[in-house]
Amino acid sequence: MQTSAKPALDKTAPQAPTRPNAMETSVKSPSPNASAPVAAATLRMQVRNLNFYYGKTHALHGVNLDVATNKVTALIGPSGCGKSTLLRTLNRMHETVAHSRLEGSITLDGEDILAQDVTHLRRRVGMVFQKPNPFPKSIFENVAYGLHINGMGGRVSDAVEQSLRRAALWDEVKDVLHKSAYELSGGQQQRLCIARALAVNPEVLLLDEPCSALDPISTAKVEELLFHLKENCTLVIVTHNMQQAARVSDSTAFMLLGDLIEFSPTPQMFTTPTDPRTEAYITGRFG
Amino acid sequence: MSARLLWRKTVNIVMLSLTGLCALVAVSALFFILGYLVYHGGRDVNWDFFTKLPTPVGESGGGMANAIVGSGKLLLLAALIGVPIGLLGGIYLAEFGGKTVPFVVRYTADMLNGVPSIVIGIFAYAVAVMPVRHFSTLAGGFALGIMMIPIVLRSTEEFLNGVPRAMREGAMALGASKWRTISSVVLPAARNAIITAILLSLARVAGETAPLLFTAFGNRFWSPGWGQPTASLPVMIYTYAVGPYDDWHRQAWAAGLVLLGLVLLINIVVRTVLSRGPSAQRS
Repeated sequence: MQTSAKPALDKTAPQAPTRPNAMETSVKSPSPNASAPVAAATLRMQVRNLNFYYGKTHALHGVNLDVATNKVTALIGPSGCGKSTLLRTLNRMHETVAHSRLEGSITLDGEDILAQDVTHLRRRVGMVFQKPNPFPKSIFENVAYGLHINGMGGRVSDAVEQSLRRAALWDEVKDVLHKSAYELSGGQQQRLCIARALAVNPEVLLLDEPCSALDPISTAKVEELLFHLKENCTLVIVTHNMQQAARVSDSTAFMLLGDLIEFSPTPQMFTTPTDPRTEAYITGRFG
Repeated sequence: MSARLLWRKTVNIVMLSLTGLCALVAVSALFFILGYLVYHGGRDVNWDFFTKLPTPVGESGGGMANAIVGSGKLLLLAALIGVPIGLLGGIYLAEFGGKTVPFVVRYTADMLNGVPSIVIGIFAYAVAVMPVRHFSTLAGGFALGIMMIPIVLRSTEEFLNGVPRAMREGAMALGASKWRTISSVVLPAARNAIITAILLSLARVAGETAPLLFTAFGNRFWSPGWGQPTASLPVMIYTYAVGPYDDWHRQAWAAGLVLLGLVLLINIVVRTVLSRGPSAQRS
């Protein structure tokens, strides 16, 4: 924990602008919480006045968030701030938790996701979890699973190859596709899970701390992968690691105790945060 | 300080030896029984034993072919009743139930598991023998099937609960419905453990005598179809062991050996087949 009064901003700041198109995400909005740093036409998902409850615990307080098409949106904040909860509402995975309640609206391409068929929604909004969770099946069957359950016929083997290529895993597994997914390393398993999510061609991919269980080399591979994926997929990533948010994301949302404190283009967030709490967090004074 | 250390080391050694000794006793019980059976019944386990019917009293030789087939038929019926009900009920408990219903079902299943097997026999007698007024293979299989239900139910529930939640979420996040998630991801993940539990429950009821005494009854001849009384290995063991002839006693030992051998054989074969199949969870 850093106690210095003068924040060491320059520790994180220089990493942010390394992404050439990171500044494209338009101008900053005056209001910290409802900020929409992108024009409406390029928005894939919109969260409006979202309140979320686990039983009597009020986990999210009137959160607003705009997810820009084909960009990486990062959610950062200390443990228990609600970033994972917010992420899970985006494809309604929160419904697997008993006694949870949601108020507010979430739209995908302008349509209310709460009114949609949930299995259809989850095909369009995929998810990658904190710990790699491959199925007890072969590598091939893992990737083909989403195609089978969604009745997507056609050339399954082509789709599997394409997904594994997009997840930068093909070269490592092309000769062992029939082997159990459990024989892969942790980093390979996580890329397999990404390939599995990509196989059904989701419009949005949600990543819940996808690198927290990986070593630095695997982490670098996954981050590299995210950079390429956003060419035709919208990404939302929850991360504990501020450097990671600075490296991979275009916009960053900072959350604290269920409130969305600040939402800005990533370079701005890490150089000139508007809220003192954001500044305190990204300079390492708490969290 | 040194005295305290000595005391801790002594306790450590004593407890370690005690657990090791008990483990040894547990294992040696099986080998002792097996050795005893081989010693007394080994000579009488021959080709005739598997192929011939029991001989009339006073005549030596003969076999228990009808009892072996009868036990097989009874176990098949028991599995047809116990496995689907236990398995699907266990899935409900682990995956769908709320709070109250599973509690009641779980409690009831544990009670049923504790019901003495002779009482299950009386129940089957009242339900499946009295109405038709004769003993039958069906009634025996029914009694054994009821005994299997709680074992399969509770172990299915336990093993399904052991499947990580992350795996279920992975399937649901791809758009799988709840049942699809269970059938294509959760059940395969727990498959080997559940099949092993089913085998153990079959082995358990294979040796049950009391529920068969007044349901399947017994038969010195072949039992055609499912509506007639049938011989079974445990009942044959009981009848022959309490009989007055040395020849019967030897054959009872032999039947015990065959019963144990068959249970072991089924276990080994199924486990070998399972371990060769597509590799499941490694843990």
